[in-house]
Amino acid sequence: MLGFMPLAAPAGNFSLTRLWSGRLWGVLGAAALVLFVVVPIGNLAVPDGSVFHISDYAVTLAGKIMCYAIVALAMDLIWGYTGILSLGHGLFFALGGYAMGMYLMRSIGLDGVYKSNLPDFMVFLDWKAYPWYWSFTQHFWYCALLVVLVPGLLALVFGFFAFRSRIKGVYFSIITQALTYAAMLLFFRNDTGFGGNNGFTDFKRILGFPITAPQTRMALFMLTGAALIGFLLLGRAIVSSKLGRVLTAIRDAETRVMFSGYNPVYFKLFIWTLSAVICGIAGALYVPQVGIINPSEMSPANSIEIAIWTAVGGRGTLIGPVIGAAAVNLGKSWFTQAFPEYWLYLLGLLFILVTLYLPRGIAGLWSKGR
Amino acid sequence: MGTSDAGGRQLKFVLMLAAWWSASLAFALPAPVIKDLAFGESDAKIEAIGKLVASGDGAALPFLQSLLDGEVQTSGEDLVLVVKGDSAVDAVTGKVVAPLPEARDDVVVNNRLRRELTTAIAALKLSSPDRAVRLAAAKDLQNNSEEAALPAIDAALAKENDQEVRGLLALTKASIELRSGDKDKRVAAIRALGNSDTGATRTLLQQVLERKGSVYVEPDARVRAEAQRSLAAVERRLMIGDIAARIFSGISLGTILLLAALGLAITYGLMGVINMAHGELIMIGAYATYVVQSLFRQHAPGLFDYYPLVAVPVAFAISAAVGVVLERTVIRHLYGRPLETLLATWGLSLILIQGVRTIFGAQNVQVENPAWMSGGLEIMTNVVLPWSRVVIIAFAGCVLLAVWLVLTRTTLGLYVRAVTQNRGMASALGVRTPRIDMMAFGLGSGIAGLAGCALSQIGNVGPDLGQSYIVDSFMVVVLGGVGQLAGTVYAALGLGIMNKFLEAWQGAVLAKIMILVFIIIFIQKRPQGLFALKGRTVEA
Repeated sequence: MLGFMPLAAPAGNFSLTRLWSGRLWGVLGAAALVLFVVVPIGNLAVPDGSVFHISDYAVTLAGKIMCYAIVALAMDLIWGYTGILSLGHGLFFALGGYAMGMYLMRSIGLDGVYKSNLPDFMVFLDWKAYPWYWSFTQHFWYCALLVVLVPGLLALVFGFFAFRSRIKGVYFSIITQALTYAAMLLFFRNDTGFGGNNGFTDFKRILGFPITAPQTRMALFMLTGAALIGFLLLGRAIVSSKLGRVLTAIRDAETRVMFSGYNPVYFKLFIWTLSAVICGIAGALYVPQVGIINPSEMSPANSIEIAIWTAVGGRGTLIGPVIGAAAVNLGKSWFTQAFPEYWLYLLGLLFILVTLYLPRGIAGLWSKGR
Repeated sequence: MGTSDAGGRQLKFVLMLAAWWSASLAFALPAPVIKDLAFGESDAKIEAIGKLVASGDGAALPFLQSLLDGEVQTSGEDLVLVVKGDSAVDAVTGKVVAPLPEARDDVVVNNRLRRELTTAIAALKLSSPDRAVRLAAAKDLQNNSEEAALPAIDAALAKENDQEVRGLLALTKASIELRSGDKDKRVAAIRALGNSDTGATRTLLQQVLERKGSVYVEPDARVRAEAQRSLAAVERRLMIGDIAARIFSGISLGTILLLAALGLAITYGLMGVINMAHGELIMIGAYATYVVQSLFRQHAPGLFDYYPLVAVPVAFAISAAVGVVLERTVIRHLYGRPLETLLATWGLSLILIQGVRTIFGAQNVQVENPAWMSGGLEIMTNVVLPWSRVVIIAFAGCVLLAVWLVLTRTTLGLYVRAVTQNRGMASALGVRTPRIDMMAFGLGSGIAGLAGCALSQIGNVGPDLGQSYIVDSFMVVVLGGVGQLAGTVYAALGLGIMNKFLEAWQGAVLAKIMILVFIIIFIQKRPQGLFALKGRTVEA
């Protein structure tokens, strides 16, 4: 394969300095300072019009991009470290989003267009009661559980069958793409009970707080930041452990791992399911911030874009996907406004150039320069 | 003075000509009948219509049609006019009436009269010497049958020789008699209805068996039993037709999948490269067909029916050329890195889609079928096979044959098979594998272009055309296994037919999902697909 340098991570006693060097802890601390102090003050305390004011748009965009970064990180764990390219991660992201969306729909209460206890789309379909799978979704903690369980279980079952029969490489990629495609078709149906092609939107409140209030938005932003940092640490802990070494070995020579007495199925299954759960959580954080979830999130094109974030940033590094997700999405939001017709050309070129000339991504450039 | 005189003479001549022309399609009806139809009370009118139908005189048709179309007007006490636009003709003499009289009254055609007229016209048409006219009339009658038409139908049945028209008429007669009072007649009618294969007959028979609460609407047990038997016969025939139609559409879908997957199977089998831009090569083939079609329409409209003969090679050549360019510029550099190839070809597909959008616009373009492809082959009254789909099935057969010949009878095919089986060994024996890769990629892309050419004949052509085919065609490749054409063929047809039957059972979306689940389960058992080349590598 690509022959990445093995990551310097000797097995041994677990300690924070083993996890990351002091310098990187410093960078992480600075990032946390920006996330939890500078941005909240800049957005909430500094008056509008001041040069130091951080606009609501910027906060929402940054929150969104951090969600994407979490997804890219999850993708990196499965693709960059284990060598399994999933083209269905958008599905797990969307499932997490839908699980959270169910709670948000329930908390609209009687404030919908039809003033009904049911969401507007159900009234529109002339449904009289919630279908069974909507039971208990009025409870936040139940939905939070669903955010983890639904993508996790789906990934576990699918992964078990796929890995057990040793589906790998492009086969696995295409099957995951077909999976998300089928799910998209399913969610597009009105009868499925998730709002058809409009999905969920017009949320009013979360845990009793108005969802559009600046404080709520800031809380979600900070929560997303915390999740991103948390998953970075988790990812670091995994890849620097013995487990992580086995995963990398599976990426580089799966048969040899088998002959060495490891059963790759369970290693793959673990990281695959974990990756799906992380995606689900990212989706759950994403939906209240952007205020909408619909089946187009499950489109194959979306999932494959996740792969390019990771590739642009640099696979096999943990900071790479975060950089990649930020770079591509900032570029996208600027480009789609400035030159909407040319964005697809640029994205297409990005796919080609990165795979041809920048297999180690932006992070690879940096480490090469050193 | 002289010129105006000449002008007057000219005008007179034109008028005479017009008079002669309209006299030639004169209404040729006796004056009293026309008067009855125009001035009589409703009852008198209906009686007159009845007489006309009984006489079976086709000459009455134009006037009755005019009456139905509201073109007949009266003026004064005895002038009957047929007014078309600004010109009017005297219905009795057939002469042009100019100028139009000021005071004219419409002949009012009420609903009852309208019904009578419709039936009468159909009945008269039944005695036309032209088979097509009779067939159309028989179909008309079937949809709105009136008891008044019964004598006409009987008369027509007595004379009719054509099987199809006879069958239709007999059915119509039966459905009319079903409503009559006579029990024996009704039983006979129900028996006759048992020979039908239309949904309308089923409804008719079901009405006989209707219940109100626990009591049958139809009091007579014998009639009911007879209806039950006929209904079963009709339903069986309808079901057979339904299944036949479904198998056909399954085969049709299967051949389309086959065309889409054939090229992919070659490139994937040979190079282990999933070309995500394969769908876009299909799309390019469709657009090439569109361009050829437009050029024919502009420059050689007379030869329009022959444009597919040009479009097929053009679509092949253009898609193949694009494929070779892609292989040389991008894919070649990624051999041995299949996942990266996946992403790079996805990038290529985005660029191709956007490129086509820039050139042709984001809207779908319309590709018109040549005349010989429109219409269909009616194998049963409820089963019509569109010619376009029949042609595509035949076309797919030809493409398959050609690919088989190339792969098994040419040196290129030999090399392609060798490289597919063992790249290293083939290379060691002197096969120039990069060249074979390029040629095979061109061949696979060209076949994608042919698929696009076929698809353009049955669906919309738009920049997103290919996107929906990549997953489906890969499923075919997964199911069929690589390296053998037979696997692709079985998988494509099997998936097509399965899809159509599941679709009828559970709807299109659930059908897709079920097929996906089926494939995932299938690979558990046979990871290599239906047909696999046996090899000795661990990684297989």
